[in-house]
Amino acid sequence: MTNNGETTVGIYKETLLAGLWRENPVFRLLLGMCPTLAVTAAVKPALTMGLSVIFVLVCSNIVVSLMRNLLKPHLRILMFTLTIATFVTIADLFLKAFQPEMSETLGPYVPLIIVNCIIICRAEACASKNNLLVSIIDAVGMGVGFTLTLCVLAGVRELLSTGMIFEAKLMPDWFVPWAAMGMPVGAFITLGLLLGLVNILSKKKA
Amino acid sequence: MSTLNTLLLGFISIVLINNLVFTKFLGICPYLGVSGRIDMAFGMGMAVTFVVTLSGTLTWLIDHLILMPTGLEVTRYVCFILVIAGAVQLVEMYVRKFFPSLYESFGIFLPLITTNCAILGLCLFINLWGIDKLLEAVVLSFGAGIGFTMAICIMAGIRENLNMADVPECLKGAPITLITAGLLTLAFMGFAGMIR
Repeated sequence: MTNNGETTVGIYKETLLAGLWRENPVFRLLLGMCPTLAVTAAVKPALTMGLSVIFVLVCSNIVVSLMRNLLKPHLRILMFTLTIATFVTIADLFLKAFQPEMSETLGPYVPLIIVNCIIICRAEACASKNNLLVSIIDAVGMGVGFTLTLCVLAGVRELLSTGMIFEAKLMPDWFVPWAAMGMPVGAFITLGLLLGLVNILSKKKA
Repeated sequence: MSTLNTLLLGFISIVLINNLVFTKFLGICPYLGVSGRIDMAFGMGMAVTFVVTLSGTLTWLIDHLILMPTGLEVTRYVCFILVIAGAVQLVEMYVRKFFPSLYESFGIFLPLITTNCAILGLCLFINLWGIDKLLEAVVLSFGAGIGFTMAICIMAGIRENLNMADVPECLKGAPITLITAGLLTLAFMGFAGMIR
């Protein structure tokens, strides 16, 4: 990617939008499935998870982009992982200090951001090749795309498993809570059906 | 006798009840990526079993012998990921030397074991569950690997047959695999009442 003159703004916009739909990490690239499935039993943990991922993604993209000229091919992945692990530790300690309950709910899935494929993928595919600004925009786009996906999935599951979202009752009285949606089964099946839906939608557009 | 009992219970529980793939959603990426053919799935499972046993044991040792006495728990994640990366490198070199054909067919998935959440996840769970005996940690790590192998092989078997099924166009590929995984999870929930 080159950025000279008039195309510059176009590239930034393009990069930002790519993460939201065309290259949406979950729906399109099938990356970062583990947290997607694990934390989406309710919207609140999903949102927290999404924000942590945005933070780690932006920070690691900044660092990787800054040191992209120093990278040695065979040590690349190791350097990425170490950078990511550092920022994840920061995020984890932050959550433990200020959101202890949420940290409890998310459990090991916060440290598991380290091995979230999205972050390594973006470091490899974008940040190690592009300048600082493009990397940051890319990280924000991808992160927001990921967070939105998590929230959609969590919204569907929370609504069906409890009839409520954020403690606000949305379903009519006759609705029988569908407990299975809160369990692993619900995660797999909801995501499967959502992916099918995305396939239909994107085919119509094309 | 009671130690043996604990170990056995722990093993069964991690293979069937707390199976990493089905209940903790760990290792989903290779689970979806490699599970197309049963022999590859089995090879992948074996590689993961080896790495997870090795790294589970090593991380327990590092955690208890180095990090805890020196109060360096903050660096836990960084240390864990380093151990795992090293173990994967070892397996990669071994497989490339002795099973070149298997190495070819794995392609990118072998180095990707580093980022297999099942492995880091298990190391973290061992830490979280407060396992304080080395033997227990080893058995749990090994069981986790076996559980992963089992899950990925079952899935590969189903997917080989799924190829011949008439799946709606929009659900082909990943979506139908996820739905199948969901149904498998449902089946595995039947084990939930067995222990504890």
